[in-house]
Amino acid sequence: MKSGEEKILLSHGNGGKIMHSLIGELFLRHFSNPILNEQTDAAILATGGDEIAFTTDSFVIDPIFFPGGNIGKLSVCGTVNDLAVAGASPLYLSVSFILEEGLPIKELEAIVVALAEEAKEAGITIVTGDTKVVHKGKCDKIFINTAGIGSVRKEDRHIGKGQHIRPGDIIIINGTIGDHGMAVMGARESFHFKTSVISDCASLNHLIREVLDNSNGVKFMRDPTRGGVATVLNELAEKTCLGIEIDEPALPVSPGVTAICELLGFDPLHIANEGKVIIVATPEAAESILETMKRNKLGLHSAIIGRVVTDHPGKVVLNNETGGRRIVDSLTGDPLPRIC
Amino acid sequence: MKYVGEYRKKELILAVAEELKRVSKKDITLMEVCGGHTMAIHRFGLPALLPPNVKLLSGPGCPVCVSSQYFIDLAIAFCKVPGVIITTYGDLIRVPGSGSSLEKEKANGEDIRIVYSVLESVELARSNPDRKVIFLGIGFETTAPATAAAILEAKKAGLTNFFVISAHKVMPPVMKALVAEGVKIDGFLAPGHVSAITGTAIYNDLATVCKLGVVIAGFEPVDMMQAILMLVKQFEEGTPKVEIQYQRVVHHEGNKIAQAVLDEVFELQDDRWRGLGVIPGSGLKIREQFSAFDAEKHFRITVPEPADPAGCICGSILRGLKTPEQCGLFATTCTPADPVGACMVSGEGTCATYYKYRS
Repeated sequence: MKSGEEKILLSHGNGGKIMHSLIGELFLRHFSNPILNEQTDAAILATGGDEIAFTTDSFVIDPIFFPGGNIGKLSVCGTVNDLAVAGASPLYLSVSFILEEGLPIKELEAIVVALAEEAKEAGITIVTGDTKVVHKGKCDKIFINTAGIGSVRKEDRHIGKGQHIRPGDIIIINGTIGDHGMAVMGARESFHFKTSVISDCASLNHLIREVLDNSNGVKFMRDPTRGGVATVLNELAEKTCLGIEIDEPALPVSPGVTAICELLGFDPLHIANEGKVIIVATPEAAESILETMKRNKLGLHSAIIGRVVTDHPGKVVLNNETGGRRIVDSLTGDPLPRIC
Repeated sequence: MKYVGEYRKKELILAVAEELKRVSKKDITLMEVCGGHTMAIHRFGLPALLPPNVKLLSGPGCPVCVSSQYFIDLAIAFCKVPGVIITTYGDLIRVPGSGSSLEKEKANGEDIRIVYSVLESVELARSNPDRKVIFLGIGFETTAPATAAAILEAKKAGLTNFFVISAHKVMPPVMKALVAEGVKIDGFLAPGHVSAITGTAIYNDLATVCKLGVVIAGFEPVDMMQAILMLVKQFEEGTPKVEIQYQRVVHHEGNKIAQAVLDEVFELQDDRWRGLGVIPGSGLKIREQFSAFDAEKHFRITVPEPADPAGCICGSILRGLKTPEQCGLFATTCTPADPVGACMVSGEGTCATYYKYRS
């Protein structure tokens, strides 16, 4: 297939020759591995003796290319991270594309390449997939669904649930917040600022594995994607009926993100991340976990940002830089820019 | 962050708070008339730093909150005209009208788009010659010059498909109306960005006739604390006047270019304020010579006069007569996720701010 000016046609999804050439020349070329190459209707997978973690996520991001990644890379990171924060080691991935008629094949290839590279980086194998093409206007360029399977050790099973969280536990994050949401907003055509902000989009499974292998003090993990850090912490406070206290000066926020948030009236705590994990750990283990995280390139700016407390159960309170305190609420609806 | 961090220094804030405690003797009530100020006061927890005799009231300064329900109903009626694209600043889309909101109409398939600048709307009109683009003009002297500039730009470009519904308002008449109504205020914290455009003279009457201090303040906690200190000093000394705290941005004469653009396109009119009714000379209407860009003249659509939502006390809150906690709907029936009154909708609305930062 020559990928110069060619575009996706409805016939790329019709099950016939053209579709098979797309699968063979684009998807299999980049995703090739023994399981996928079998091209069976269902992949047969070996999982060892551990329990299985299974998750799925759909990606409809606009724009499909943004500083720091594209929808292909994101569709691996998102699912890998959902597995990793449940304490699982990602093993297998399914990838389904819904393509809009007219999508340039060159763009599809760039997305497929990024997807393949990220899967390799994360060590997850793409074992099955699907492609559909819809009429122009029936989807926005490309939608991707991925589902992931991972294996979980018995001792890590509690991590996704957080039932061992106690007052005094420490809250750690692996770096700056709000980068993904602001990078995507900056990449939208209607947004006339040029920003240096780059999405943090990354697979966190290796960093998380290093943490779990070096410490048994992890009580809970969650990736603060849509709704941001504020939403994850509020869910946690509600679920545990405990309070959460965070320290504004300790929150890592890049100058670029701070600047856009100041301009538009957003709170970085509400902005999406795609390469961040919030870890709740025992006070004894917190420092050594922080050290382990800082040794990974995705955790260089890791920081302790707060703690679990018995006060104000169900609520997240922020100690601000000026000595005041305020409640941090979950996000309501989409963050909208303020008028003035 | 430069130009922000300096004005959030804890030591500076506490030093001003100490001075305030030393100087302030008499009970004093100050009103801020800008949503940005309301946000800053609560976000930085300033009330806890003030002496107990210094009370802050939130006035009608959030442009989304003071936009009348009639205006929202009108915008909803316009969005249903075939071929129309409605453009708006973000937080207006959730404001409830009589039976719907722009957000709900968007979900119904109407073409409603959020813009960051009114000039995007002009661009949209240029690139969609077969569509009619209507911009919802809201805001005070801060955003109105940009709308005026957009109308001039559309005229220059010869566009015949760009329109504005103007609900733009000016600040001083509502401040005077509150004083005339007898709301107990001893001084105003005036919004810095309004005066960046208008200068300071717009408040002279308040100082000379009403004998009230007006301090034009910036939006960081040090700015706010210093402005409060300046007002308290004026009050203690009995010397009400118009002063500028936000000197790094505001000059007495304001931005003459913006003033000229504003005056070329708009003239004053009596205008509706949510919860406050009609205030004489408080709104900005598009001048006759630019009527080709006035959506209300072009489309000639009217909507019935809406009734205020039952139980909602937005009017009293905007007047500073009541606080959100005194409203029976606050945080029960009326929440940011499902607002009844406009004060709960905008991130800068008094109720939304109280809800968000309540502790």
